[in-house]
Amino acid sequence: MEALNVKDLQVAYDRKAVLEQVELSIPKGSLTAIVGPNGAGKSTLIKAILGMLKRSSGQISILGKPYSPKNRNVGYVPQRGSVDWDFPTNALDVILMGRYGHIGWFKRPSKQDIMLAKEALHKLGMADYADRQIRQLSGGQQQRIFLARALVQDAEVYFMDEPFVGVDAKTEKAIIDLLRELKHKGKTVIVVHHDLQTVLEYFDHTLLLNRTVIANGPTEQVFTKDLLQKTYGGTLAFFSPTGDKRVMS
Amino acid sequence: MIQDMWNALLHQPNTQWVVLSTMLLGIASGVLGSFALLKKQSLIGDAVAHAALPGICISYLLIGEKQLLVLLLGATATGLLATYLIQLITTTTRIKKDAAICLILSVFFGTGIVLLSRITQQAGGNKSGLDHFIFGQAAAMTRDDVYTMAGAAGGLILIAFLLFKEWKLLIFDPDFAKNSGLPVGLLETLFSTLLVITVVIGIQAVGVILMAALLIIPAISARYWTDRLGWMVIIAGAIGACSGIVGALISTISTGLATGPLIVVTAAGCFIFSFIIGPKRGLIQKLMAHHVSAERLKEESL
Repeated sequence: MEALNVKDLQVAYDRKAVLEQVELSIPKGSLTAIVGPNGAGKSTLIKAILGMLKRSSGQISILGKPYSPKNRNVGYVPQRGSVDWDFPTNALDVILMGRYGHIGWFKRPSKQDIMLAKEALHKLGMADYADRQIRQLSGGQQQRIFLARALVQDAEVYFMDEPFVGVDAKTEKAIIDLLRELKHKGKTVIVVHHDLQTVLEYFDHTLLLNRTVIANGPTEQVFTKDLLQKTYGGTLAFFSPTGDKRVMS
Repeated sequence: MIQDMWNALLHQPNTQWVVLSTMLLGIASGVLGSFALLKKQSLIGDAVAHAALPGICISYLLIGEKQLLVLLLGATATGLLATYLIQLITTTTRIKKDAAICLILSVFFGTGIVLLSRITQQAGGNKSGLDHFIFGQAAAMTRDDVYTMAGAAGGLILIAFLLFKEWKLLIFDPDFAKNSGLPVGLLETLFSTLLVITVVIGIQAVGVILMAALLIIPAISARYWTDRLGWMVIIAGAIGACSGIVGALISTISTGLATGPLIVVTAAGCFIFSFIIGPKRGLIQKLMAHHVSAERLKEESL
């Protein structure tokens, strides 16, 4: 079964096409990396799929049904820089926001919601930071809060926008452990990813994107020199699995 | 003077009503203002307040008498029109938001002043009391005016209480709110509308020029006392209420003083106090934190 199916997706800013003729499907239970150069439309793709940006055209289905946030089967981790960290709230409270879709109108979070949020904090090694004002957390800790918030959404398919950017080694490990655990539970995780060095190690499915889909399939089939060069155009610092770095042109 | 204020408060039902309604107005402004501040819409409140003036004048010209509810409907209409135009300009042209706000604010206010001069030149026009809408005159409010304002303010506070959680998420992370299944567009429109209503019900007591201050000063003051949105909203409401009470009392007992400036001066006093004493990055706290870290550095380097 497919976790995500996208047909004929087009997105334009100011009449300029950003994404064209995107057709793709992602298998259920995969850890998928979306890889491509800056400006390839990776974040745009996620936001267009989730209806946060206006699509010129396109049908989106999640687990075989047309996407609707009301199904509450999709979790989301936005880019860390997309919110104001000076907002008057603490870590636990941000995680509780992941429960708002479940709580319903006018009601306050229940004891069970708070328990779930505390468990998520604990899982990401943040148990001591529940009361911390979010501005006082490090970048990696802020990222883990976002992960924890998505976790308590209790979704089937997760979209994450660059969760590994600018985080410390400890956070990177916490995130990848969490992704693997989610996969183990049969969840699907789709991640916008920047670091070509770790794609082979972390992800079993890869989508190469540059304003349209260049390739989409199991990582070992897709993550090849030829296809990467096609995705990144002329120059690309290519990291071979053995770690030696060559610039190809 | 304090004695006079107490006497007025204890023995004059009219004063009691005026004070109660400005207090409710202060709470509503503090609460809605907190959300507006965090949503980075402080200037929108200012534009709406100024844009309310032509609406008031047009309503007066149409019905020929001063009926508060009708005037406020007119004010709401032009206030909403102004927010809509600001949005339209920023999304369809190259003009940036600050310039769009400045443009709309001054054009609407200018139009309002032209209409107001026309009205006061008419026979009986200078008795209309419309000029009170510029700087606010709480004492000039009739019993019906007070009921209208208090009822609306109470309603606003109730709605903000009910939608607290939804607005918090909407303001902190609108994309995530959408993903959680919240009707983001509807909540945004509702918030803008309530913000306009807050401003509009306040203009009779505070005036179009200074209404934005009652919206924003309590909110920025409250931010110095807490890192939690719930407390920020409560503290901002309390500061708004104090400002409303003090401003209305002073203006009621010493006739002739406009209420708006008194309310704003009181709120500004609260701000300076919060700015200096506030435990969350207030001036003293910052200096002490700086001192402590400097001392620690010195010790470590020894």
